[in-house]
Amino acid sequence: MPEPILDIRGLEKTYKGGVKALDGVDLTINRGEIFALLGPNGAGKTTLIGSVCGMVRPTGGVIEVFGKNLATQWKTLRRDIGLVPQELSFDMFDKVIRQVRYSRGMFGCAPDDARIEEVLRSLSLWDKRNSQIRALSGGMKRRVMIAKALAHDPQLLFLDEPTAGVDVELRRDMWRQIDMLRERGVTIILTTHYIEEAEEMADRVGVINNGRILLVDNKDAIMAKLGRTEAHFTFDAPLADIPASLSAFPVHLEEGGTCLIYRGGDGTGKGKREVAEIAQILAREGIVFAGLDTRESTLEDIFVDLLNEPEVSA
Amino acid sequence: MTFNARGAFAIFKNELMRMFRTIFGSILSPVITTSLYLVVFGAAMGERMDLGGVDYGAFIVPGLLMLTLLSESTSNASFGIYMPKFTGAIYELLSAPVGVAETLIGFVGAAAVKSLILAAIILGTASLIVDYSIAYPLLALGYIVLVAASFSLLGFIIGLWADGFEKLQIIPLLVLMPLTFLGGTFYPISALDGVWQTVAMINPVVYLVSGLRWTFLGQSDFPIWVSFGATVAFLLICIAIIGWIFKTGWRLRE
Ligand SMILES: Nc1ncnc2c1ncn2[C@@H]1O[C@H](COP(=O)(O)OP(=O)(O)OP(=O)(O)O)[C@@H](O)[C@H]1O
Ligand SMILES: [Mg+2]
Repeated sequence: MPEPILDIRGLEKTYKGGVKALDGVDLTINRGEIFALLGPNGAGKTTLIGSVCGMVRPTGGVIEVFGKNLATQWKTLRRDIGLVPQELSFDMFDKVIRQVRYSRGMFGCAPDDARIEEVLRSLSLWDKRNSQIRALSGGMKRRVMIAKALAHDPQLLFLDEPTAGVDVELRRDMWRQIDMLRERGVTIILTTHYIEEAEEMADRVGVINNGRILLVDNKDAIMAKLGRTEAHFTFDAPLADIPASLSAFPVHLEEGGTCLIYRGGDGTGKGKREVAEIAQILAREGIVFAGLDTRESTLEDIFVDLLNEPEVSA
Repeated sequence: MTFNARGAFAIFKNELMRMFRTIFGSILSPVITTSLYLVVFGAAMGERMDLGGVDYGAFIVPGLLMLTLLSESTSNASFGIYMPKFTGAIYELLSAPVGVAETLIGFVGAAAVKSLILAAIILGTASLIVDYSIAYPLLALGYIVLVAASFSLLGFIIGLWADGFEKLQIIPLLVLMPLTFLGGTFYPISALDGVWQTVAMINPVVYLVSGLRWTFLGQSDFPIWVSFGATVAFLLICIAIIGWIFKTGWRLRE
């Protein structure tokens, strides 16, 4: 039985200018999971995080953290919540280790240089501990942000686009960091534009657009429900018609009969099996194909499909 | 709602370290400015002032001290809270278990303490230049603390209100500075002509300078309780405004 660590019900936020950034968001996050919140620019991801972390005042709805109402008990609850915001923002003229100590203190924790060292080492920042932050590279600065967020050992951690503008190597490094946190039992909610990231890291995925959650499910379940296999069989001599023996499969001909396209399956491997069956049937009937291309749809395709559907019931 | 003492102290310490990061800007420049005032004004105007037996140098020391207290407290506190708003680092403060009390102790406390440190240094420097004594040292200390706290609160409000560096400077430069210069720093209000004396009475800084001068010289334009009362009232108004700011999230939370 998963234990909810964050429970959001009917969350709304209308900014002063009248922009409705959150429009009745319901979301439950379980202890220990990694949850990826996907959504295009302006979908409301940062506003959602800000509502939990205190930068945004919601205009409606309830947020419960560890089963307690955040609006009334924020002072105790915030001790266990950490945030790495989207933008790099700190006192650039300060030194790394001082900023990290400062964060720990601000969250009410007793000074603990051993823990600070551990955090800095785990982020490969120990050698840079006495550097001025402004002298660090962009990727290192981002790590300082993470170190600051980890300094008070939060149980619930928000990462708002942790890998935006970070090169491939650093991104993989960041994923390793997130894995290590998962092992420590930290619950992580991350937002990202990189579907690859959600696919790689997340246990569950939520899709948000225009301030509404369109879909929340286990990553594997989403793949199973919405995943597709696409296969292209190409022929030197065009086929006049789809062979009757293939009529049970979701196939059609394109390019004047020189290409037979299969689109089906469900992300559980059914698609691959069917493609193999089709290949055997074609061989058995003496229809020679010159090439075969298969491709599994990624979360990205699913995501794009979902956003393009005009009306989706959540 | 338990008080987050460690959080308050962390902010306080961080602010104080930030303010003393550059020794020149934080200590040397106000000390040099005040010394110049003492030397130049003391020498140039001292002869012409009839202060009923009080040495002119000793007369302007509390005035100059007030000038420094007001400008330093206001600018340090306003800068202290404006910077994180400007860099975005305010997110951390908003996401931390830190409320009004912790924020005020941290930011306003650090600004006020810095002013007090400066006040001590300036009084020390002044004693090298002019001969003065403090009639009521404890009262003087209490009054300096009160003024430093009040104007650090004012600075905090300015820093929250400002949404650009320009606004950050407007009040210290266009309001506080002129009011202080016209507020009896360099002359007693009684030396002014009739009409100007009345005009001076509506300048709040007049009461501040007069109060501090009273604790130094044992005499001034107004009785000490008037100055004390006015300052306490000002302090309470600032606290009320800040209470409202935190309640509404004005300029802090979206
Ligand atoms: N301070 C603000 N005042 C007014 N409108 C705002 C404010 N912040 C965000 N918005 C608006 O609210 C909507 C949601 O913004 P939000 O930053 O939450 O999106 P996001 O999903 O984080 O986008 P991105 O992927 O670009 O970071 C947008 O339309 C945005 O313009
Ligand atoms: Mg965002």
